[in-house]
Amino acid sequence: MITIINYGIGNLTSVKNMLKKAGAEEVIISNDAEEIAAADKLLLPGVGHFDYGMKKLHESGLIPLLEKRVLHDKVPILGICLGAQLMTLRSDEGADPGLGWVDAETVKFDSARMPENYKIPHMSWNYVKPQKQVSLFAHLPEASRFYFVHSYHLKMNNKADEWLTANYGYDFCAAYQKENIFACQFHPEKSHKLGMQLFKNFVAL
Amino acid sequence: MNLIHRKRIIPVLLIHKGGLVKSKKFKDYTYVGDPINAVRIFNEKEVDELVILDIEASKKKQAPQYETIAEITGEAFMPLAYGGGITALHQAEQLFYNGVEKIVLNTILHKKEGKQLVADVAAKYGAQSVIASIDVKYNMWGKAQVYAHTGEKVDEKDAIVFAKQIENSGAGELFLNVVNRDGMYSGYDLELLQKIAQSVKIPVVICGGAASKQDFAAAEENGASAMAAGSMFVFQRPNQAVLISYPKPEEIRKFNENL
Repeated sequence: MITIINYGIGNLTSVKNMLKKAGAEEVIISNDAEEIAAADKLLLPGVGHFDYGMKKLHESGLIPLLEKRVLHDKVPILGICLGAQLMTLRSDEGADPGLGWVDAETVKFDSARMPENYKIPHMSWNYVKPQKQVSLFAHLPEASRFYFVHSYHLKMNNKADEWLTANYGYDFCAAYQKENIFACQFHPEKSHKLGMQLFKNFVAL
Repeated sequence: MNLIHRKRIIPVLLIHKGGLVKSKKFKDYTYVGDPINAVRIFNEKEVDELVILDIEASKKKQAPQYETIAEITGEAFMPLAYGGGITALHQAEQLFYNGVEKIVLNTILHKKEGKQLVADVAAKYGAQSVIASIDVKYNMWGKAQVYAHTGEKVDEKDAIVFAKQIENSGAGELFLNVVNRDGMYSGYDLELLQKIAQSVKIPVVICGGAASKQDFAAAEENGASAMAAGSMFVFQRPNQAVLISYPKPEEIRKFNENL
């Protein structure tokens, strides 16, 4: 069973629709402790402001349970967009600390390093470049294109965790993987067949 | 092969009385079919993004039709923006939950609570989730003026001044629709696009008048972050038979490489 963590933020139904299309048999959207405890995979989606996301996670009271499931039980978890950012230590977007499950930060796009006509948010289909082999990238072509929409990006302190990069004015981390923790800045649930393949790989884990 | 991000090409679908229509200059609706079927076809064609606008909701002061929208998002494995009848934060929340990525605000922007709504949604869901849409119409003296979505004139607001104002209220993207060119295959209003794109920092989506891929290229050169079109993707010219189309990924790539 894949449990999509419902902390009151994000496009949960889109994620569920795509997981179903990718062949997941049992997918639930839930904030129920038992359904999170029983999951064999977790998905942390999220769209929005970093502090608001952390606030909603704290309010849900689920953080200790999630930490047990992710850091102790090593249940595979996929963070998407804000979900990927929340698992880092902190963000330029907010003042509150993140979950800190990976040694990484979330930083604002540095417009000084980008050509003038590059607008923020980075909102486009963009190609990703693998930095290491990760099971979730199986059967995906090297020139894979995903949908991005974000003003802040991931920055790995430990480069060994960097899984995919993309370029928007400069190279930035588009996805990371550390043990059972997978996270992508882009939206597989909105990236047609390639996004579906990535979800299929997650289902098959 | 130089693989860089490219500008989005976005079909715009108009919902009117539950069916899909296409307008000319915001009038003269032609029925083009069932929205869900159209979304399914666009999904097969792997479009970059879809914008769906219920053009009747605000006129009739109706809230978004959540059931229909949920049915649409169930078929849409691409980013989806919805506009029509949104006046409150809880409606935006419901839409996001149902699988809409971005909401499109237009009519409400002309009311005093509009800027607050933009700010509230942006604070909770991020600026990227709010598209501010402005409809521009040229008056008899050739001045570009902002109109409310119902097509009635609200004030003498200059399009550029208004664009800057809504950028300041926190919208993440500007959807610029030029009424005079809607459904006319006259090409985009490049002059206005360039002026607005230079005046705001947020991405500008241009709409109104697209007839060819050359129009997309011209819009990119003039500062568009995305190019939207309606008629071009639902009609086959010259006889205007209904035919849903969209360039193939390799066609777009080839086209981008030749720029």
